[in-house]
Amino acid sequence: MAAELVQRFESVQQVREGLRELDYLADDGIAGVAYLADRLGKPVLVEGPAGTGKTQLAKSIAELTGARLVRLQCYEGLDESKALFEWNYKKQLLRIQADRNSDSWNEIHDDIFSDEFLLTRPLLEAITADDPVVLLIDEVDRVEVETEALLLEILSDYQVSIPELGTIEAKQIPLVFLTSNNTRELSEALKRRCLYLHVDYPSMEREREIVLAKVPGITEALADQISRIVRSIRSLDLKKSPSVSETLDWARTLLLLNIQTIDEATAKETLHILLKYQTDIAKAAKELSVDE
Amino acid sequence: MTVTDQRSMLDLLNGFVGQLRDAGLPVSLTENLDAMEAVRHIPIEDREAFKYALGATMIKNQAHWRSFETVFEVYFSLRGPEYALAESSDGDSALDELWREMQEASGEGDGRGGAGSLDALTPEEIAHLLMQALMQGDQALMKALARQAVQRFAGMEPGRPVGGTYYLYRTLRNLDLDGMLAKMMEAAAQQSTGPNTSLEQRLEREEFEHRITEFKAEVEAEIRRRLVADRGVEAMAKTLRKPLPEDVEFMHASRDEMVSLRKALQPLTRKLAARLARKRKHGRRGPLDFRNTVRHSLSYGGVPAEPKFKYPRPAKPELMVVADISGSVAAFARFTLMLVYAISNQFSKVRSFVFIDGIDEVTDYFKATEDITEAIHRVNTEADVVWVDGHSDYGHAFEVFWERYGKDVGPKTTVLLLGDARNNYHASQSWVIKEIRSKARHVYWLNPEPRSYWNTGDSIVGEYGAHTDGVYECRNLRQLEGFVEKLA
Repeated sequence: MAAELVQRFESVQQVREGLRELDYLADDGIAGVAYLADRLGKPVLVEGPAGTGKTQLAKSIAELTGARLVRLQCYEGLDESKALFEWNYKKQLLRIQADRNSDSWNEIHDDIFSDEFLLTRPLLEAITADDPVVLLIDEVDRVEVETEALLLEILSDYQVSIPELGTIEAKQIPLVFLTSNNTRELSEALKRRCLYLHVDYPSMEREREIVLAKVPGITEALADQISRIVRSIRSLDLKKSPSVSETLDWARTLLLLNIQTIDEATAKETLHILLKYQTDIAKAAKELSVDE
Repeated sequence: MTVTDQRSMLDLLNGFVGQLRDAGLPVSLTENLDAMEAVRHIPIEDREAFKYALGATMIKNQAHWRSFETVFEVYFSLRGPEYALAESSDGDSALDELWREMQEASGEGDGRGGAGSLDALTPEEIAHLLMQALMQGDQALMKALARQAVQRFAGMEPGRPVGGTYYLYRTLRNLDLDGMLAKMMEAAAQQSTGPNTSLEQRLEREEFEHRITEFKAEVEAEIRRRLVADRGVEAMAKTLRKPLPEDVEFMHASRDEMVSLRKALQPLTRKLAARLARKRKHGRRGPLDFRNTVRHSLSYGGVPAEPKFKYPRPAKPELMVVADISGSVAAFARFTLMLVYAISNQFSKVRSFVFIDGIDEVTDYFKATEDITEAIHRVNTEADVVWVDGHSDYGHAFEVFWERYGKDVGPKTTVLLLGDARNNYHASQSWVIKEIRSKARHVYWLNPEPRSYWNTGDSIVGEYGAHTDGVYECRNLRQLEGFVEKLA
């Protein structure tokens, strides 16, 4: 491998504290895996329910290391020309027409398949960049199984093969994060190349800290109550449990409404911020008001 | 790391990987190498970090995490600092100190002087102390008490061939944690100022329940540590091996396993639905669509440059589920109904019937609410399924089914019959199945019993099965998932 492995972090502790300063509260698992990813030079596959801060993790790590974030949003139908590279046909055509009389065929041929006519897409951009980058491949479970294979070369060897140009190797090994909402099983080949990190809903204590860090001006008592009610709601059997971002929305709403302590009435009135299905709201409202 | 260190670490990890594979967790060679590389950067002394490092490199599926954790705890329990049992002098003095601090803080240490150590306490005092620890959420004291409780109440004898659950039961019986919860709620109500709303109370209760669960886990871990010390790692790993959620048998699942099964079901249905939708969309190319091709050729000046094809749109099957919900197979029926309704948009129509010795249609329960669990609950409580005595009578149920709903079975219908076909020696009426099959597209029978039990005793699955398009063994989620995918 041509690229040197740079070590960005000193210790797990340092990762955690650095992230904390950026208001991202990592637990043991998250900080540990981020540190390992740096040391081993391996991509991280982050899986978990929606809205638990998977994408935010990549953003925060980029900020922490002072790197540029290169993001590839995956969707069904994503292909090579949008993920890796594409030839700039129009420019190639112009080039041929401009030199119609002068150059020999060989010269033009070599010429139009050169760097100048190459349009880099996120994956290629990430490995050819001179400045430090963090590559985020978002919602990788949305592409088809066949398209996944596109990623394999770059994930294991940090290189891209272009038939006309040859193999382009990375100048530096970027930190790579792949996120998945787990809507389908990813292929073995992809999983094998990655470190695996499951990000679940945070524990009550951590959620309280997150609320305190992210919602300025909130009192500790209110944050405590919010996190306890959210934990209580998550233990119900719902279609969709409230995510961390929804918890934060709720906290901000309560703050705006100038509410100091939550009683049943306020909880019921504002439940629609936490829950997005009518059946879920009805169920939670019923559960919360039961007299025991 | 020196060379010998590395050697021993290699042996250690290889042993661990062997245990993981024995537990049914797939660990590939490259993953093993990654783990080897990872532990060079993480000291084994930092247990949590060490665990996460191994987990991140070797476990690539969240459902496997719990099994991994158990194996890890057992395998490395002899090698961590927690291995020091309460007998060791070191741990004891720390405990005593803690206890003295507690006494001073609560002002109860008067009569006993400084001599009171945890060992000298009466059971009542232990209970009192535990209640305080739980109310304040004092982790260190909870840990210490868990050890003390195991030492005192479990009555563990070396070499005795009894499982960990037995010791756990003995320990917890002596502590009476359910009574403890009530007492804690009472005490909390007294302490708080002003009236307590029911919301507050509910939150308080949940907090206490959470801490009690933590304490139980601590007791369990302590018992496990002692068992490992007694019997050795390999023997313990074997007894603790827990099946993965998708391999748990419906008919013998414990309550805990049921919970984990239900948790596993949700992501599974989501994946299944996505996979089926994809399968439908990316069907084969059909024959040339002449009309469409000519229409598009106009934009190329009449040259048919872009041939268009008719994509086959396979019809979605219509489904009729007929499920036995008598005691022994109720769990299986419940899971199948949940799975079928969770992906019901893959079928053009789903109707469901449940029976024991009488039969009742329950489709409306599922239509009335979006909440599948609620519908299942109504099925169990409201459906009219008992005709005479509430023992399975497949023959009668099928007969009534044919009489009432037989006319609705059509050439598009797929009929699913669920049950163990244990008919209590009633008449089988298998002609009904034969009739259904002649009208329906397919008839399948799903049996939650192991294949070797079929046609033994009062099971007559063979007699019914002869008239179906196939009898499938569906003992666990994995088999059920495989069948449903084939079906849609």
